[in-house]
Amino acid sequence: MILEDIKKILEAEVIVGDELLSRNIKMACGCDLMSDVLSFVKSGSLLLTGLTNPQVVRTAEMADLAAVCFVRGKRPDRETIELAKSKDIPLLMTHLLLFESCGRLHLKGLSGCSENVKQH
Amino acid sequence: MAPNNKISKIQELVYEIRVGEVMKKDVFTVSPRTHMSVLRVILKENRFSGAPVIDKGELIGIISIEDFIKWLAGREEDCPISEKMTRNVSTLYTDEPLTNAISKFDQHGFGRLIVIDRYSKKLEGILTKGDIVEGLLKKLEIDYDDEESRRLRIQHFFEDISADKTVLLFQYDVIGHDFKRAGECSSRLKATLKRLGLHPQTTRRVAIATYEAEMNLIIYTDGGHIRVRVEPHEILVRVEDSGPGIPDIEKALQPGYSTAPEWVRELGFGAGMGLNNIRKCASKMDLRSTAGKGTRLGIYVSVEDGAGCEAN
Ligand SMILES: Nc1ncnc2c1ncn2[C@@H]1O[C@H](COP(=O)(O)OP(=O)(O)O)[C@@H](O)[C@H]1O
Ligand SMILES: [Mg+2]
Repeated sequence: MILEDIKKILEAEVIVGDELLSRNIKMACGCDLMSDVLSFVKSGSLLLTGLTNPQVVRTAEMADLAAVCFVRGKRPDRETIELAKSKDIPLLMTHLLLFESCGRLHLKGLSGCSENVKQH
Repeated sequence: MAPNNKISKIQELVYEIRVGEVMKKDVFTVSPRTHMSVLRVILKENRFSGAPVIDKGELIGIISIEDFIKWLAGREEDCPISEKMTRNVSTLYTDEPLTNAISKFDQHGFGRLIVIDRYSKKLEGILTKGDIVEGLLKKLEIDYDDEESRRLRIQHFFEDISADKTVLLFQYDVIGHDFKRAGECSSRLKATLKRLGLHPQTTRRVAIATYEAEMNLIIYTDGGHIRVRVEPHEILVRVEDSGPGIPDIEKALQPGYSTAPEWVRELGFGAGMGLNNIRKCASKMDLRSTAGKGTRLGIYVSVEDGAGCEAN
């Protein structure tokens, strides 16, 4: 699915990247531990997280993630937003909790990072 | 690309490519009020094997050459298409991945599927198995070209330099405890490797490993240096600090072991997985430390290992 679909499913607000909503999202993961994200999240994934500091965007940048969605209505600070803009990483914000956000997306067919695209 | 890489690439592509990207957009449609006798002429002149039936912009059915033959064979009277068309049309949305289309073709044995927009339900195109194959081939060709030019770029770069051995060195200086700027060095290194034309997976592995190492410098030391050595076959990232050192390296390498303070954990780090991540991304890792003196970490990523597989 594309980011536009995700925005609708999660009733999310786009904070950065209105022009990037046609970006394809292959998988998603819900996680607050950045080392875990760096370790098992595949490139091209959407990250759902409750953390909003700039390191979340750094993590997305390093791991080639496609987008980040903040849950529980948490709004990132200016630094996080500026960093995301400069790295072309779309930021979304939903009022849903992490579990509900993941659940909705999974129901709509978006898979997790251990499913679907099998490599070797 | 090795043959098995190509297969997993296709598996990936059928999830990645959307129906809308490969369907045929110019679709010849007919009105439900057109008569079967007129359809005969249309099908014959254009060599169509079927057409969607559209009424007031909406898809209401499909009329195929099979429906037409049935009508002929029955020697029935002329009538509007609406009486002979198939009403339950199996459709696809433009934003569905090809894999959905493939399973629909498999399940029903249709020759073609009508593609509509998910929200407006308006007709967008038509998709045959041939379109899928064509789309996949085109994408593979493009990816292959990208990969080729990437390989050529870095090779040319090294080839243009006349020397018996070529090594590129980059140094980045990390300031300790400056959490706000954490990751800047890794980010700059990543951009540099990208520009050199390294394979994205190799670049990603180096970036992730360097980022974890940079975080450790920031969290546990007053700062240090990251020195990166790029050779055509291998990238070596050396991370050095003169901080407190690691008293028990074996313990530090255990997944989950961490001495990170609470404020670091609140920021999403300090779960004790950093060194493990580095080891996973590296082809080889070398960690030396003396308590009270400092730590040296060597991360080797071979270019061969990095290409073609997701490290983690
Ligand atoms: N450069 C370093 N200097 C001192 N101690 C370090 C350094 N790097 C790692 N460590 C120690 O090793 C532990 C494990 O590191 P790591 O695997 O990165 O996990 P984390 O940073 O999440 O704790 C750290 O908690 C810290 O005690
Ligand atoms: Mg660490």
